[in-house]
Amino acid sequence: MPVRVGVVSFPGSLDDRDAMRAVRLAGGDAVPLWHADAALNDVAAVILPGGFSYGDYLRCGAIARFSPVMAAVIDAARDGLPVLGICNGFQVLCEAHLLPGALIRNRLRKFVCKQQRLRVESTASPWTAGYREGEELVIPLKSGEGAYVADERTLDDLEATGRVVVRYLEENPNGSYRNIAGIRNEAGNVLGLMPHPEHAVEALTGPGTDGLRFFLSLTGADAAGLQR
Amino acid sequence: MARVVVDVVLKPEILDPQGQAIVGALDRLGIAGVSDVRQGKHFELEVEDSVDDDALTELADTLLANPVIENFTIHR
Repeated sequence: MPVRVGVVSFPGSLDDRDAMRAVRLAGGDAVPLWHADAALNDVAAVILPGGFSYGDYLRCGAIARFSPVMAAVIDAARDGLPVLGICNGFQVLCEAHLLPGALIRNRLRKFVCKQQRLRVESTASPWTAGYREGEELVIPLKSGEGAYVADERTLDDLEATGRVVVRYLEENPNGSYRNIAGIRNEAGNVLGLMPHPEHAVEALTGPGTDGLRFFLSLTGADAAGLQR
Repeated sequence: MARVVVDVVLKPEILDPQGQAIVGALDRLGIAGVSDVRQGKHFELEVEDSVDDDALTELADTLLANPVIENFTIHR
């Protein structure tokens, strides 16, 4: 049985279809979840996709956090359900306090859209088990409010406990503190990152397939054995 | 019913790129002497008398502001 992975669509989500496609390419069963539904339909994991949920009104992710589906996601995440937040999904996870810190406007005020080099700093999460520590990846980054900020104590704690998952290489694209591109919670089941691994799952449409293993790590499938 | 105003501003230690853009524009406007701008949000709420200060604080602290990056003040 393929692993059932729920992908939430909020009004204004953009990358829910790509996230579902990535799940399928990784051998999983992509289950669409609607923001107004409180049920998670027995999924084994949830992805909060990129986009502009509720128009990014008030603050990115601030309204989405109070949607019915998020009440269920927050409860399930606290019980260990794997949750991956990509871009806007990362912002939602921070607003929901499932991850510490916040994401603010890029330092140079420009929307950044580029192939971003990253380094994997930690693999202790169901979403990153298929990577090696220190491995370098190229994954698209496309965001206007992607600068990760937190107080010094939180940043020190994230570093000391190995919860910085991916870091920007080369020039810092958005002013993120300590070049942080993605973090996880203490238990490891909740992961948020600004770059878009779901846009790097096929050679035809992305810079490569460096993002696919986020999804393969979760499904446990073998990339070489999958039918394309 | 009363009007309650909530002002939300980024914390001093958080960089405010929009405020910096405004400072830059002031230069081009020809107004000298403004060295820094911090921009924020201003909310006007029509509130029934039964809503107490604790409820207003909760509202500001959980929805109108993100206390990780922003400070708020309530004017009742």
